[in-house]
Amino acid sequence: MTNSNQTPGAVPEARSEQYLLMYRQMLTIRLFEEQVNDLYTRALMPGLAHLYSGEEAVAVGICQALRRDDTITSTHRGHGHCLAKGATPDRMFAELLGKEAGYCRGKGGSMHIADPSSGNLGANAIVGGSAGIATGAALSAKYLGTKHVSVCFFGEGALGQGLLYEVMNLARLWNLPVIYVCENNLYNEYTHFSETTAGDILARPAAFGIPAESVDGQDVRAVYETSRRVVDQVKSGTGPAFLLCNTYRYRGHHVGDINREYYRAKQEEQRWMAERDPIKLHGDWIVSQNIAGKAQLEEIHAQVKIEIDAAVEFAMNTPYPGVDQVTEDIYA
Amino acid sequence: MPEVAVRELTLGEAVREAIAEEMRRDPRVCIMGEDVAEAGTPFKVLSGLVEEFGKERVRDTPISEAGFTGVAVGTAMTGLRPVVDIMFGDFLTLTMDQMVNQAAKVHYMSGGAWKVPMVLRATLGASRRSAAQHSQSLHAWFSHVPGLKVVLPSTPYDAKGLMKTAIRDDNPVLFFEDKMMFKLKGPVPIEEYTIPFGVADIKRAGAGITIVATSSMVQVALRAATLLEEIGISAEVIDPRTTWPLDEKTLIDSVKKTSRAIVVDEGYERYGVTAEIASVITNGAFYHLDAPVKRIGAMHVPIPFSPPLEDATIPTEQAVFNAAREMCKRS
Repeated sequence: MTNSNQTPGAVPEARSEQYLLMYRQMLTIRLFEEQVNDLYTRALMPGLAHLYSGEEAVAVGICQALRRDDTITSTHRGHGHCLAKGATPDRMFAELLGKEAGYCRGKGGSMHIADPSSGNLGANAIVGGSAGIATGAALSAKYLGTKHVSVCFFGEGALGQGLLYEVMNLARLWNLPVIYVCENNLYNEYTHFSETTAGDILARPAAFGIPAESVDGQDVRAVYETSRRVVDQVKSGTGPAFLLCNTYRYRGHHVGDINREYYRAKQEEQRWMAERDPIKLHGDWIVSQNIAGKAQLEEIHAQVKIEIDAAVEFAMNTPYPGVDQVTEDIYA
Repeated sequence: MPEVAVRELTLGEAVREAIAEEMRRDPRVCIMGEDVAEAGTPFKVLSGLVEEFGKERVRDTPISEAGFTGVAVGTAMTGLRPVVDIMFGDFLTLTMDQMVNQAAKVHYMSGGAWKVPMVLRATLGASRRSAAQHSQSLHAWFSHVPGLKVVLPSTPYDAKGLMKTAIRDDNPVLFFEDKMMFKLKGPVPIEEYTIPFGVADIKRAGAGITIVATSSMVQVALRAATLLEEIGISAEVIDPRTTWPLDEKTLIDSVKKTSRAIVVDEGYERYGVTAEIASVITNGAFYHLDAPVKRIGAMHVPIPFSPPLEDATIPTEQAVFNAAREMCKRS
């Protein structure tokens, strides 16, 4: 499935561009999240945030296989999905800081970013809460004949929610173009998923007759190649699919979850970061394939850092919404 | 003035005609719910629609209220205008996350970027001997939540005009039909019309006391008004028609004229619609009131099965009559 075994110099230019873009996007998400953590710890950000660090290859690999007008629904840990689908860091930071220039005019915040222009139906702070919306978007696509596919991102914690099973049943019965993407980062908040999840994850979609497979969520090319195949399949009218992406959450459940030893060992985190980091793995591969040299990757890093710093600067300096806006947008 | 062509329809027929007209007018309008297609729902309100519009637009669902309501929210955000059928209003409990956390908030949370133009039809009302899980009137819950609109028609005429407005509205609308009123007949014009939300209707003009009533309680209030007339009390009966948006002005203006008010609603009395409306009247017409506003709602008990017990829980014309007589005598 993956191109991991290609010989050096054999990568066509168009693909090389795409691999570099994936690298840049993953790095954008990583540096974005580091800035969020920094803003939070410096008490510059209201509320809290759930960081996507460590899981970047999932959002980037899948969204690379989508068109801009394909739709996604996202989760409380949604910054990565949002960026990978095409949102820009400046308006995202503005939203995280509750500013008027944010994607939701400051009314949604970290857990509710939505952006029609990139097909993002919205992050959702109810675990599993968007499964109906994603499935509905697929029903619209089929009804209106748009050929769009709808992707429902959810964490393995959502496997505990009944809604997911109700809508998977509907999606199979009605042959809807929806892909259920389960990001298993191993932890339902502060609890290892093995303590909350009976049986086999892939047996769940299989029970509905939904084709299901798992992929290494730290390998962006594997996620992309698998997604591309699944998206093509679903767009051809075969009905829903289920993709289990095995990944890892580097940080706590949210930015304030600092002392985690009671539910997972530091060594476990360090092992994932040292051996399974999606950005490092992809960067090393790019260098090994002569797609780019180390210096070029460092240059990308520097460019992304400038972009993120500028986005934070923009967000810090842009105004809050006027209080008169509090009663706007309740009704359309 | 030209004669307006009118015929008699039942409330159920009026709802069906409104939905059918809107489906002909707009191909994005579709129906979803349990047994909505060939069965036309257990109340037969949707009979015949699947024959005209087909199974894609009149879509039978599994018994998954949360699931198909959530799917409807997603379709509404992406170009369709679903009319969702929740057979018994009691089953709305299963849809609460989708309606309250999703549908109601999507527009606001997205800063106006996404809209959710959907209608959720549900029944309310006791006295059908259906016991505690098929008899409740839960419209107050939804009236409490910003982002939702709540409609309670009391006549076939209102049902048709309000349903057409609900389907054309760009927001999530809950449309409650009293299951005991589906056979109620009334005049409905053949010509097309709509009724705006937030406009109360004076069902009977009067000068001595205002009776605000919703849904089937309007009929209860009208019968009480007839009894009151016999003892010389002139009652004005007002139907708000939508609990949100609420036509506060018409209610307040009436009470400024009559100086007394009773509010009748079939939801539980405690923390209910009657409390909100009584508060609106008290705030708006305080210096005109000759007596505290009287509230009459369902008793604070789970609806019992046994007929004499169930009947004791529901507001009756006698209760409204007694309250009005007492209030008018006291002042």
